[in-house]
Amino acid sequence: MSDDRSESGNENENGNENGHDQARWTTNGQYEPLLSEKNQTRVEIGTDVDSPLPDDLTRDDLELPDLSEPELARHYTRLSQMIYGIDSGPYPLGSCTMKYNPKFTEDVAALPSAAVHPDRSPESVQGTLEVLARLQDYLGRIGGMDAVTLQPPAGAAGEFVGIRVAAAYHEHNGEGHRYEVIIPESAHGTNFATAALGGYDVVSLPSDDAGRVDLEALDAALSEDTAALMLTNPNTLGLFERDITEIAGMVHDVGGLLYYDGANLNALLGRARPGDMGFDVMHYNVHKTFATPHGGGGPGAGPVGVVEDLAPFLPAPRVRAVDGDGDATPAEYELFDPEHTIGRVHGYQGNWLVLVKAFAYIARLGDEGLTDASAKAVLNANYLASQVDYEVPYGPFHHEFVASAGEQDAADVAKRMLDYGVHPPTTKWPEIVSEALMTEPTEVESKSTLDTLAGAFNAVASEDDEILESAPERTAARRIDQTSAARNPRLSWHALSTTDGEGDGEREE
Amino acid sequence: MHGSHTTGSPYAPHTDDETAAMLEAVGVESVEDLFDIPEDVHFDGEFDIDARTERETRQLVGSVLERNDELTELLGRGHYGYYIPSLVDHLADRSEFLTSYTQYQPEVSQGFLQALFEYQSLLVELTGLGVANCSMYDAATALGEAATLADRTRKTSGHRVLVPDILRTGRRSTLENYVAGTDLEIEPYATAESTVDVPALESQLDEDVVMVYAENPTVRGAIEGRLAEIGERAADADALFVLGSDPVALSLLQKPSDVGADVVVGDASVLGLPTSYGMGLGLFATDERFLRQVPGRLVGASEDATERRAFTLTLQTREQHIRRERATSNICTNQAWVALRSAIHAATLGPSGLVELAARDVTRAETLADRVDALVGVKAPVDDRRHIREFVARIDQPARPIADDLEDRGFAVHVVGEHEIQLCVAGVDDETLEEFVDAFAEVVR
Ligand SMILES: Cc1ncc(COP(=O)(O)O)c(C=O)c1O
Repeated sequence: MSDDRSESGNENENGNENGHDQARWTTNGQYEPLLSEKNQTRVEIGTDVDSPLPDDLTRDDLELPDLSEPELARHYTRLSQMIYGIDSGPYPLGSCTMKYNPKFTEDVAALPSAAVHPDRSPESVQGTLEVLARLQDYLGRIGGMDAVTLQPPAGAAGEFVGIRVAAAYHEHNGEGHRYEVIIPESAHGTNFATAALGGYDVVSLPSDDAGRVDLEALDAALSEDTAALMLTNPNTLGLFERDITEIAGMVHDVGGLLYYDGANLNALLGRARPGDMGFDVMHYNVHKTFATPHGGGGPGAGPVGVVEDLAPFLPAPRVRAVDGDGDATPAEYELFDPEHTIGRVHGYQGNWLVLVKAFAYIARLGDEGLTDASAKAVLNANYLASQVDYEVPYGPFHHEFVASAGEQDAADVAKRMLDYGVHPPTTKWPEIVSEALMTEPTEVESKSTLDTLAGAFNAVASEDDEILESAPERTAARRIDQTSAARNPRLSWHALSTTDGEGDGEREE
Repeated sequence: MHGSHTTGSPYAPHTDDETAAMLEAVGVESVEDLFDIPEDVHFDGEFDIDARTERETRQLVGSVLERNDELTELLGRGHYGYYIPSLVDHLADRSEFLTSYTQYQPEVSQGFLQALFEYQSLLVELTGLGVANCSMYDAATALGEAATLADRTRKTSGHRVLVPDILRTGRRSTLENYVAGTDLEIEPYATAESTVDVPALESQLDEDVVMVYAENPTVRGAIEGRLAEIGERAADADALFVLGSDPVALSLLQKPSDVGADVVVGDASVLGLPTSYGMGLGLFATDERFLRQVPGRLVGASEDATERRAFTLTLQTREQHIRRERATSNICTNQAWVALRSAIHAATLGPSGLVELAARDVTRAETLADRVDALVGVKAPVDDRRHIREFVARIDQPARPIADDLEDRGFAVHVVGEHEIQLCVAGVDDETLEEFVDAFAEVVR
């Protein structure tokens, strides 16, 4: 059996000179074999391995791969080479804020002193509590919020805290009957799903012709039944909701709360704060705005900030300083349960290792760095848009823009862009732009990288459907059949028939 | 350093010349002109946060974290500090794993998808259930998701969810929040010797119940002996049987599919993460009949245009970005990288290594219980059950001051009752356990 780092298939049929060929490992005509194809060992419990327990308390056997450390090192190294990350190239995935993740933050999270058990006495983890308290303070200042909880483990979990806090607040005020949450139709899917998880009816709000909240429609949607309006600003088209003060007034007039989805905060760092715009509750998306790595899907963190009136409802426990003698002795920190807390939304205090990285990032950048991040993020989006041939129907946009692929299929455009060595934008959302290409380059790209990206967009814009439909060809795998995956779900190696992956060995490209 | 570069974000590469050229291309004078923010909500940029160099920032975080006392943790109750092989850190820290995101473009993400598929397969093997997703946030939120699944799939008009009275507050409270939007009600049932009191459970079980939750091992380290009966009783009442566990325990203890479990939840980061102040990895596995109701992401096998096997996220019509308010869950960003770590850790152990680790957790916990039981004024374990990893000890003196004295001697233990402490051996070596016994003997003397 020989492994070859295949060059076949990278012959670049459609003649594009730029881009790159992603590493592709193949063995006997298939991509890197599964661990289970390298080895499967069944151990009988009580026979192959001694068991201290009687049979009726144990399973009979366990069958898993048994491989040596060098074999595993190669397996996972090869897998990693078949992944495109931010360190591979630009990753302008709209709404996801794929910034460079500073390496030193990994080092601080890996400090042995950071590895503590959550049931330690508060007195013995003053360092951890201090990091949490200082991060709460930073986030409060950045968002213009009075109190912050770090417990939610992602943005959607932060939304859930917001919705539960709103429910508890209304209940507390004898207004528990409010059963509707209003959400613009261009919002992220988690907003709708979160409101529903909280038991609310979702009222979907159309946009006006300029792509913003339609005030008349909002007026019609608002009522005594409104628990909250969830908004992100800039919205998913990158547009600032200029009427935000009026919107806040309208929501508050009917007794509702205004929720800020912090996914797009990178656009506003140092230039506007949700608290100043009239938002009552917001989440921060730490893996976006504060550059913690996305880890192939997570972990992230979704701290929530609230105005003073809502602070008593935040999840328990919270961290606070019980100040010693000013500057002379460092503050002591303690945990406490807010008076009308909604309880917990996570077993412990959320994704601690992510929160440490966010703290380090903010402490590194400071006022200047944070304000410059939004400046360069907005400059980059505007510059890239100016260089792209696709139409961008709505503006003025900020950290992201949504172009339309027009007659082309946005999903195919994305596949073809992969052949140019870049990650494509988010596609087909928000639906208000047909064949949407939602593009967020972030502040970390240089002019020359943006030129490369624009080159990829423009090359694909001029290609015909046939090329697009057969793309990608320079990636580790070629176009993957989604229909077959869903029709015939094979979700573990147990579900793969023994013939899978064989029989195509003769196929050579 | 390249070009002239005014201070700002150290990760924004723009030289002043480039910035000028870009502004010109856009057709504005300054970056400020690009912001369409009304004056009344404009902020002046003064957070009062000082910028620092990388070195200063590392020093800052390091010096703050130094305020954490260095203690030997005999702590568990759902979060464990097993030794993490170096291989896990070195491979998982490869930046392609760390800096990519959800595999929306599977053609450039095969490596991560395959690793997650392998993680799902590991859980399928451990649980015996046909489907495992590739992560929830943690054990508590996975339990919450199991309850909303029970809500969506219930066969009766019932609304009660039965949970053990010893369930951790964090899990119970999170569960309460997850069911707040349903008519489900959480109701505790009695435990005996820290395991399910089966007759008590039976007396509460009727057709009003949609879900029965139990844990193996229980939060006090006891191993359940009557799981199959619980599974049967739950099935008789048309209720889902949801079992909480973790990959180490599952390597040795009864296979959930053998005792009638419909869903398995728990924390899979017992493998892969050191103690992380509670950060976890929600394990979620279920029977194939609930496939369309599974929360979170699923990786499936398919073929690419060359007919080679390739992996992709699948059955996404369950998810929030497609189904919106009718999605099976609101989860988007999850714990994928922790799942990768957990899978690598499991792979380094292999099947016999996993079983041996769990077996050692039984013998070492029970040996420690014997050692402390020999001390005057201490009874251990309190519960007349077999134990894995941890157990509860009763001490004649009040527990809190004893725990404080132990902390002064460098050991952290749980106080779980006025006269009860809980001790966990996971990740603590034998020599240190000896030192602990000596220290314990001194403080209870
Ligand atoms: C606009 C918007 N809102 C909410 C979310 C949800 O955040 P998370 O994925 O961290 O749960 C996202 C991100 O994916 C988003 O783009």
